[in-house]
Amino acid sequence: MVSSNSYLVLSAAVFTIGAVGLMVRRNPLIMFMCVELMLNAVNLTFITFARGFDDISGQVAVLFVLVVAAAEVVVGLAIVVAIKRRWPLATADDLSELRG
Amino acid sequence: MEAAVFIVCAAIVLAGSLGVVLARNPVHAALSLVGTLLGMAVLFLNLEAHFLAAVQIIVYAGAIVVLFLFVIMLLGVDRLEDISVEPIFGQRVLAIFVGLVGFGLGATYIVVSVAEVQNTSAGVASAYLTRPLSNLHEIAEVLFFDYVYAFEATAVLLTISVVGAVVMTRRMARNQQPENQLTNQSSNTASED
Repeated sequence: MVSSNSYLVLSAAVFTIGAVGLMVRRNPLIMFMCVELMLNAVNLTFITFARGFDDISGQVAVLFVLVVAAAEVVVGLAIVVAIKRRWPLATADDLSELRG
Repeated sequence: MEAAVFIVCAAIVLAGSLGVVLARNPVHAALSLVGTLLGMAVLFLNLEAHFLAAVQIIVYAGAIVVLFLFVIMLLGVDRLEDISVEPIFGQRVLAIFVGLVGFGLGATYIVVSVAEVQNTSAGVASAYLTRPLSNLHEIAEVLFFDYVYAFEATAVLLTISVVGAVVMTRRMARNQQPENQLTNQSSNTASED
């Protein structure tokens, strides 16, 4: 049986890669994919602890994370489509319309 | 056996997530994301979460990534992004530094605290495999008794997000931009690229 440690370190690594990607990349679609990576890393943590503590609630939490991730992708991609329609070549750095 | 599966899937997951971050073409990034999600699904199976492994493949790899690819193709943004230039000076070094610090803190915390988990779960790991109910039954019991209000709230959340997506992507006649403004904007941003 692989220890919980290995799964948790793997999950921390994936979360870190996603966070660095979110900070570095400028294409809004790739930034969304990095957010998905981070959410998936959290899911892995939940399931690892669900096994470690023998508590099925962790798996139920993952189900809710999946639902929220789906809603986030739907709204986020709608925003991306609306923005790209107006500024076809915009990256995340060019969008400062809401700056005060 | 579990160790072998873990090693292979961990390699797939790490390679895929690096591919998402490093790919210049958004389509390649989306395909790397599929690889990561499939590796994760196998890891879920490894951790006895059979139902969630299926949900992961159906919802993530099946629906969300297809949505990503649809948007990429629909917008025609599948051109290469020049990632050799750094938009803000020092941004990448700082981001990687911050990421590594976060990873170090997280990993240290895990190594320190997991001993406690293993103490509390000393005898249960074997009991986990010999449950009378299937994984799906257990999740359903907890979901529809303890978390039933949260479950209902997700229905509202999904409805709101669908309505929001429709409202935001609908073309309204009064919001149409004059054609010259659009071309001005695109030539401006094109010169920045």
